[in-house]
Amino acid sequence: MRLEGKAHRFTPNDDINTDYIISGRYKFKIDDMNELAKHVMEDISPGFAMKVKPGDIIVAGTNFGCGSSREQAPRALKAAGVAAIVAKSYARIFYRSAFNVGLPLIECDNEWIKDGDVIVIAIDSGEVLNPTSGQKARFSPIPKTMQILLEDGGLIPHLKKHGGFALR
Amino acid sequence: MGKSIAEKVLSAHSEIDCRVGDIVVASVDFCMSQDGTSTMMMRELESLGFERPRTANGMAMVIDHNSPCPSVDVARIHSKMRLFARDRGIPLHDVGEGVCHQLVPESGKVLPGDLVVGADSHTCTYGALNSCSTGLGSADVAAAAFTGKLWFKVPSTFSIVVDGTLSPHVSAKDLILHVIGKITADGATYRSVEFTGQAIDSLDMDGRFTIANMAVEMGAKFCPFGFDPKTAGWLSSRGLRAGNHVASDPDAVIEKTFRFDASDIVPKVAKPHSVDNVVDASELKGVPVQQAFLGTCTNGRLSDLAAAARVLEGRHISKNVRLLVAPASRSVMIEAMDKGIVSTLLKAGAVFVAPGCGPCVGTHAGVPSDGENVISTANRNFKGRMGNSKEVGIYLASPETVAASALAGEITDPREVSR
Repeated sequence: MRLEGKAHRFTPNDDINTDYIISGRYKFKIDDMNELAKHVMEDISPGFAMKVKPGDIIVAGTNFGCGSSREQAPRALKAAGVAAIVAKSYARIFYRSAFNVGLPLIECDNEWIKDGDVIVIAIDSGEVLNPTSGQKARFSPIPKTMQILLEDGGLIPHLKKHGGFALR
Repeated sequence: MGKSIAEKVLSAHSEIDCRVGDIVVASVDFCMSQDGTSTMMMRELESLGFERPRTANGMAMVIDHNSPCPSVDVARIHSKMRLFARDRGIPLHDVGEGVCHQLVPESGKVLPGDLVVGADSHTCTYGALNSCSTGLGSADVAAAAFTGKLWFKVPSTFSIVVDGTLSPHVSAKDLILHVIGKITADGATYRSVEFTGQAIDSLDMDGRFTIANMAVEMGAKFCPFGFDPKTAGWLSSRGLRAGNHVASDPDAVIEKTFRFDASDIVPKVAKPHSVDNVVDASELKGVPVQQAFLGTCTNGRLSDLAAAARVLEGRHISKNVRLLVAPASRSVMIEAMDKGIVSTLLKAGAVFVAPGCGPCVGTHAGVPSDGENVISTANRNFKGRMGNSKEVGIYLASPETVAASALAGEITDPREVSR
């Protein structure tokens, strides 16, 4: 699998919490992910939802997705068109939820990626690269459990397909 | 080689002798969701043809985040929850009963040695009862309810030893803010965190709930406390069993040990906009506050309301401050009434909102205006958390510090106003 998209960075770069991804102002009352997608990242990057295009990639520092367990966070990002996230590390609830809803997370050093760069994620070879500059980085392999969930289209499709957990 | 509490609980629930790093499918004892996370869980469960939870002790659904309901959209979500729960025989805690992380332990659904998941990040709170409990997204909780099981990666364990004695006017909240300030917001990511030491032994159960509640603010997965006479007393006073209590072995593998001396800890405040941005309350003298909030799953329990009432007894808050109080549950509020605490707080100028989450998560019951500062006993101070991101500063502190600051109209170390 190969993903190509424009990189988006935010301020702050580290500890981007799920309140920033989708505010409680919206997530409690809006049930439709396409509607919620219009408000992603609003508190730290007003206008992001208008800017982001299908296939784009979020790039961030450490502890991405910390805070609340709201699954609306990965779901609304996906509905906004975000194809993957490249961060140095993730908070654990967000990490599970993203794969559960079919949003791949890549873990690697990424200071060399600038906001607006077009980057490529080569899932099979385990590399993130910038085809323009030639810069690249290897990422930690996606754990087998998460690969299985991703291949099955998420956790609930996985349970439907196998009639239970089939993670080995 | 011995085992940590996490290894023991996950081994007992998976029937595999598991160790750190193993992936296990474990039986889940109980699960829960609240009104911010139930919609997606219900949708997934409906698509699976779910009839009743297969978790050993069932599940609960709680209406606490927007309670009473602030809008038509949310009202529809609430009525869907009521119907869903009624049709499947699931206990639903409705408007005004309280916040999920008080109601679940109060209703006896979590016992020592249990494995519990909840669609709310602060589900780690039940660690105070010597259980392994953790927050997850809605799909994971749906999977647990549907199959009675869930997959877990066995976490490694951090040991946090707090010896010494907490000084007067320094509470469990100050202790955990101090610890998070040192360990940082992602310093314990994916770890099971075990608190021990004299200061922890001395804490009442309310204080232990406060600490376990905030473990997720340093990234932790579980925060199981040991089982001792206080745990036993808390359970037996509610007519609950002692469960299968579990202790870490002396030779358990501990990834890292942190040591703190409780006597070094002073009243602390987490400044905007991150929970690990912790300073001494005294350093913020002069920072004005327009709103003060006492409550939440962190600090809305009886001893928290009592601590604030001791500060405010016979006094009145600043005319420039609104003091909002949300007791953690109806039974906490009834006890607080019986003890005269409600009356003391009302006479001091407090406003009571319904037992539940109150204004913590920005949906209702006290959204701050542009440029205001809020001092709060909650667990999160992210920008926009309370519903307004325009120059609003949320400062997290203990019930005593919140009360002292409401009194003075500015952030105040409670030792300054003690009598």
